[in-house]
Amino acid sequence: MSMQQAKKPSVLAGAANWLRRFFLGGAAGADGKRRWIDYAFIGAFLLLLLVAATLSDVFFTQRNLSNLLRQIVTNGLISLGMLVVILTGGIDLSVGPIVAFSAIVVSGMIQNQHLPLPVAILIALGVGGLAGGFNGFLIARFKLQPFIVTLATLGAIRGLVYVYSQTPITPADPSFRTIFSTPILGPFTLSILIMLVAFLVMLFFINRTTAGRAIVAIGGNEEAVRLAGINVRRHILLAYIISGLCAALAGILLASRLGIAQPSLGAGFELDAIAACVIGGAILGGGGGSVIGTFGGVVILGLIDNLLNLLNVQSYYQQIFKGLIILFAVLARRKDK
Amino acid sequence: MEETDFLVMRGIRKSFDGTQALKGVDFSARLGEVHAIVGENGAGKSTLMKILAGALRRDAGEILLDGAPVVINSPFAAHRLGIRAVYQEFSLVRHLSITENILLGQMPTRRLKWLVDWKLAHQQAAQKLAEIGFTGLNVRTQVARLSVSQQQMVEIAKAAVTRPRIWILDEPSAVLSQEELKRLFELIQQLKQESALILYISHRLEEVFQVADRITVLKDGELIGTVKPAEADQNQLIKMMVGRDLGELFPKRQPNPGEEALAVKDFSRVGAFDKVSFSLRRGEIVGLFGLVGSGRTQVARCIFGADPFSAGELRLEGKPLRPRSPHDAVRAGIAFLTEDRKRDGLVMSCSIRDNASLATMNQVSRLGVLNVRKRDARVQAKVGELSIHPAQISRLVRQLSGGNQQKVILAKWLLSQARVLILDEPTRGVDVATKLEIYRLISDLADRGVGILLISSELPEILGMSDRALVMREGALAGEFPRAQASEERLLACAAGVVQ
Repeated sequence: MSMQQAKKPSVLAGAANWLRRFFLGGAAGADGKRRWIDYAFIGAFLLLLLVAATLSDVFFTQRNLSNLLRQIVTNGLISLGMLVVILTGGIDLSVGPIVAFSAIVVSGMIQNQHLPLPVAILIALGVGGLAGGFNGFLIARFKLQPFIVTLATLGAIRGLVYVYSQTPITPADPSFRTIFSTPILGPFTLSILIMLVAFLVMLFFINRTTAGRAIVAIGGNEEAVRLAGINVRRHILLAYIISGLCAALAGILLASRLGIAQPSLGAGFELDAIAACVIGGAILGGGGGSVIGTFGGVVILGLIDNLLNLLNVQSYYQQIFKGLIILFAVLARRKDK
Repeated sequence: MEETDFLVMRGIRKSFDGTQALKGVDFSARLGEVHAIVGENGAGKSTLMKILAGALRRDAGEILLDGAPVVINSPFAAHRLGIRAVYQEFSLVRHLSITENILLGQMPTRRLKWLVDWKLAHQQAAQKLAEIGFTGLNVRTQVARLSVSQQQMVEIAKAAVTRPRIWILDEPSAVLSQEELKRLFELIQQLKQESALILYISHRLEEVFQVADRITVLKDGELIGTVKPAEADQNQLIKMMVGRDLGELFPKRQPNPGEEALAVKDFSRVGAFDKVSFSLRRGEIVGLFGLVGSGRTQVARCIFGADPFSAGELRLEGKPLRPRSPHDAVRAGIAFLTEDRKRDGLVMSCSIRDNASLATMNQVSRLGVLNVRKRDARVQAKVGELSIHPAQISRLVRQLSGGNQQKVILAKWLLSQARVLILDEPTRGVDVATKLEIYRLISDLADRGVGILLISSELPEILGMSDRALVMREGALAGEFPRAQASEERLLACAAGVVQ
């Protein structure tokens, strides 16, 4: 009995250590020191939960929590791609229309071309990857400014979406909706699990692969990385492809959740994604940012939306509140640079 | 010492990241004199001058002008006190015209305060240039299109606008031709007539003897002494600057050159260097000396594939090499320690671990997945070997001192096990203790058969370390000296194009 008790924490600690080693690589945790702001956000998160529990009696229902999680899937996936791009020192403003493009393509493939679901999904992902690759190619090959390139494709891809379909497409096949949104593990639907796995994959990618470390280093000092014999162009291209893929995946899951794909879908999504990354400690221009932090940013933004919705606060106030949080985050991390 | 001292700096201290750059310097100078400040790299000359110019803040000490203590906490405050500095790195806005640069912040306006009076502005700028004896330039020209020496003149004209009482000229001659240098000296005499104080920082002792009324020597952050040119000769001055025998500083080694490691033949890059040929053998240290702008760094960058070259060929251990990117060069076994570690040596926002493993990640990974245990062990071993402090590999490089940062870059290239190592100013901005360690390390590497090309603008370093010295001038190889025939005078004369 007593032996078991003594053993239990060590097994737990061992598992935690293994996980840390597997995903982060470093034995002693992430590089650098944690700052008070990291704890401040954990505190803010707990405070938000407390406020939610006292002010709203429906917050802690399984239905609402499941809803909350399904809602953050979209921003979660987009933010993940955005983070990779921000880590290289770039930005991707074109994720919103990519979401719409993949949503409408996947719906169109199912509804109009009658393709099987997996094929339709692959095509939609391909479209997203291609769009991201186009951004990345221009930025890496010709050294164009990411802001301008993705601003241009933001408009161009939106135009393409309307060329593809000016009217919303509703896939009649019910399995497109149910497959992603039926709870399969407690409150977790497949869409939520996909997002969580994506975060773990990204955690591994950033910390444990040569490409991930190269991407982080490029954002810190591109020239130093080039002079260390690393192919910088290829890694920048890769980052934008990842961003396109993540946005496309988000678009597919969003179309499934809504049951309809609007060509106007995704307007302003890039801003929420950038906000989540920044709240999570990312530095625009490169040289900072973490997967775990971004997850925190996504959850906090989702929580605020959900809570203010439950409390019937008008969306204008939500926007004000979110804006203040972003400003607070950048102010608090000012010295990091 | 005398009441006539216009400028008095007392007990000035400054440290960077734990390294003491100035250890309580007492310095004074008068109006109407040219006061030269000399010392080795890292002696603290630039730091002292930057404190006076408000570019750096002192940790302790006081500054008196005309007997009254003054607060200089920004370049602007220094300007208002009549102190202007002209640095090696210019502070010009490259895409603006000469006129706008000279009159920056004080463009003449028309009656309406927000309308620039361009005609008057161009006139004023041209007049300022003429005042310092510099004519024949269209003041409407974009600064980016000027040669380096022309830019320097614009920089000086810009400073002259405010009629400063104290001028700080930091290595003004580094980029000038003989003709331009003559003009600079005339200008200095003119400023002296107008009873300004000119603080003149230079490495070139001949120049210093020519232009200065008094010479102050700094060494390792301390003021060694002030002499008059008539009372001392160059050798005495060098002794004061170095304060030790070169033998102590540089490790003794028995050079044992092996087969050819790197051969460079008729190597050219349009506008940078032309028909450079030399060879480097295994286990050999070849020094490459030249003044700023002689093309030495460009040659290195082209060998490394960082810039394209236009003609010529390279052979690495007998095999032809055509690096189209640093990636190719690193794979072939070349390493390149760049001169500016902040700009292109380190990723400041990353850890020691990331920086040191940057060039060798593929050696500790399979299918793109890092074996972090192996990576960390290798980095940790190098950190120990080079005694990098602190020895925690998760520390951000930004938090390290200059010397330790330099060692991290060295660790990166040591891990790559390159067979040819190009070192561009490997000891710039590091303290003397680290310098010694780096010299020892270079020597060890050569003994292990690495071919080393050592680029430096410090003559003692070239003379103390290299088995053979090459000298570049204006983009061409101007001379080659075996160790026995190399001397400070010869190399400098060769680099400056002076016939002996």
